[in-house]
Amino acid sequence: MNWIITENNKPINLYDIPCLNINDLRSEIINLDKRVVGFFGQKVSDGVKLFVVMADDSEGKLYVSSAHFASGEKSYESLTQTIPAFHMFEREFFEDFGIEPLHHPWLKPVRDHKKEYPFFEIEGEEIHQVGVGPIHAGVIEPGHFRFMCNGEKVYDLEIRLGYQSRGVEELFISSPSNQLAESVCGDSVIAYNLAYSKAIEALEGIEVSNRAQIIRTIALEMERAAIHIGDLGAIAGDTAYLMGASIFGATRTLVINTMLEICGSRFGRGLITVGGVNYDIDEELSAGMLKTFDKVVKDVKRTTETMLKSPTVISRLERTGVVSQEQAKSLGLVGMAAKASGIGLDTRFDFPDKWYAEFEDKKFKATGDVYSRTRVRYKEIMQSFHIIRKLLAKLPEYKNEPLCVSQNAKSADKFVVSMTEGWRGEVIHTVITDNNGNISRYKIKDPSFNNWYGLAIAVRNNGISDFPLCNKSFNLSYCGNDL
Amino acid sequence: MLETLRLRYFQGNQFIKDIENAPMRKQFRGFPVLNPNEDASACEGVCPTGALNLNPLSIDMGKCTFCGACARACKAVEFTNGYKLASTDREKLVVTPDMTYEDYQKTAVEVRDEIHRIFGHSLKLRQVSAAGCNGCEMELNACSNVNFDMGRFGIDFVASPRHADGIVITGPISENMAYALEDCYKSTPDPKIVILCGACAISGGVFQNAGKLNREFLEKYPIDLYIPGCPVHPLTFINAVLSFIKK
Repeated sequence: MNWIITENNKPINLYDIPCLNINDLRSEIINLDKRVVGFFGQKVSDGVKLFVVMADDSEGKLYVSSAHFASGEKSYESLTQTIPAFHMFEREFFEDFGIEPLHHPWLKPVRDHKKEYPFFEIEGEEIHQVGVGPIHAGVIEPGHFRFMCNGEKVYDLEIRLGYQSRGVEELFISSPSNQLAESVCGDSVIAYNLAYSKAIEALEGIEVSNRAQIIRTIALEMERAAIHIGDLGAIAGDTAYLMGASIFGATRTLVINTMLEICGSRFGRGLITVGGVNYDIDEELSAGMLKTFDKVVKDVKRTTETMLKSPTVISRLERTGVVSQEQAKSLGLVGMAAKASGIGLDTRFDFPDKWYAEFEDKKFKATGDVYSRTRVRYKEIMQSFHIIRKLLAKLPEYKNEPLCVSQNAKSADKFVVSMTEGWRGEVIHTVITDNNGNISRYKIKDPSFNNWYGLAIAVRNNGISDFPLCNKSFNLSYCGNDL
Repeated sequence: MLETLRLRYFQGNQFIKDIENAPMRKQFRGFPVLNPNEDASACEGVCPTGALNLNPLSIDMGKCTFCGACARACKAVEFTNGYKLASTDREKLVVTPDMTYEDYQKTAVEVRDEIHRIFGHSLKLRQVSAAGCNGCEMELNACSNVNFDMGRFGIDFVASPRHADGIVITGPISENMAYALEDCYKSTPDPKIVILCGACAISGGVFQNAGKLNREFLEKYPIDLYIPGCPVHPLTFINAVLSFIKK
């Protein structure tokens, strides 16, 4: 066998992973025809080991394999030329380990700022460049956008990131903690902390109580709903529909203040810990939450429906920033952005745990434009509150279960993939332990890592003034990408 | 049009009338109080940032992420819901036993006449996210929403440093943002102020040992205001700035 098959949060023995020659692994990957979710290296005593994780979304299985590069081997034939979805993964692998994917069409830095960045340039009398960032006009994270324009029209956008690079993966090896996981990407606190906690629990064989699992799932859905509501407000603001911007802003406050009532932080910091949760949702709080969320659902519904009836809004959203289904598939977009282009990837339903198994993801009529990404958010807000209501009703059944169970022993030489569906899409933490059971490699893949290139494609042939709108409709993470 | 006005009717008034005395939910983890009579030994090693010192007992709000791990582990630390946490002096962020929230507020922010004279009625700020995780950034954005409405005090975030009276830094300052941050500071006309917002900016927070930081900026230039939090709550931020620019 050239692959070992596993599942989400199911550890495998490190030495059970097949180790092939890179050329064999390359043809295996092409023949397997699955979706790449992990492609990263680890330094070993005699060179570099490359791990590959491929997802079978219809079966809920993960395929893992590896290849070994001896110290002298410095290149291989790139996969990107055959499967474009590998482009970011191969660039990252090259930057981290200096092993070059030959004939890669776009081998540019990912996070490294040591050399000058080779921007793609279009020349011509009518062509001009617009550079934006790293510091943007609003209060957001840093990144640089370089537009090649002919008049108002954007011919090409190149996005240079890496400004946020802190060295997070190394910190997970030297001092892993829930607080660190929460701070990797501060708008997806719950998703990141959940991915980290589940990975560690899987490695240490900890069984989290049903009660804690329900509270975690409720928090994850609250995070999703809150961000989507805020982003609907941002989209409203960018189309100059200020009533929407104000109302969605205030409605989001209701959701995150409820989070504060649960755990003392508006973003859910401190709620989740390895082994369970730190805070409970008692009956009184549960009743209050239901009441608040009823109001939130009513407000969101009324405002979105009114907003999407307004011709001034619709004319800005429809056919703006289109990513076709074909493009989305070949570039390997994930999560919400992929759904808006008609690719139904969602690890909640593709790799379900027992809480999500009973829910079904309804079909969505995708058009790939900003309008579609707006509708996806609206749909997901409603879906999240539906899930929250059902789960809150289940909570009393597990009243006597503990919130948190203590930690077990570490397990040596393991490999585990932990996928959690954050509001942007799949947050994937892959953890490898050494022969003492300590973390020897921690790999994070944010959905933005796949989707940034989707934004660049979306703005092509659009007016440059529509860029902020396209950007808000994706709302990608800089620090999740830069780590 | 009528439907949009209908939305306005349902919306009602959302703003917090009295920002300086706004009530805070009891669950919020704000100003910590220390009780030296309780045994703190169970807290050893639980603090992810080294904010909690056991011998002698103290807690550094400049490092604290307000995660509550210490308060869950022992009775010596308790977090109140006090949200006015800012100080003009880095040293004062260290909370010692028996210091009350009221005591802290009396001396934490040093009021300067010239600050009030120049910025008292209008303060425009340029925010620089230097590897901030988007937590503080989202809370700073929330300062301008209909609930908190910071603009009513003449305090706003502006797009260009040329229009700004000062900069607000979030994040632990990565190597790759060090140049842009300094450039932004230099582009801001004098007189100007610098505000550090959140545990990462003040001390590096959970990233203090990260390999790709460059915090030289903080040694080179004077810092006027430290606002603790992880992330900083909008009420903490607005009250911090108001107390700094008032008479």
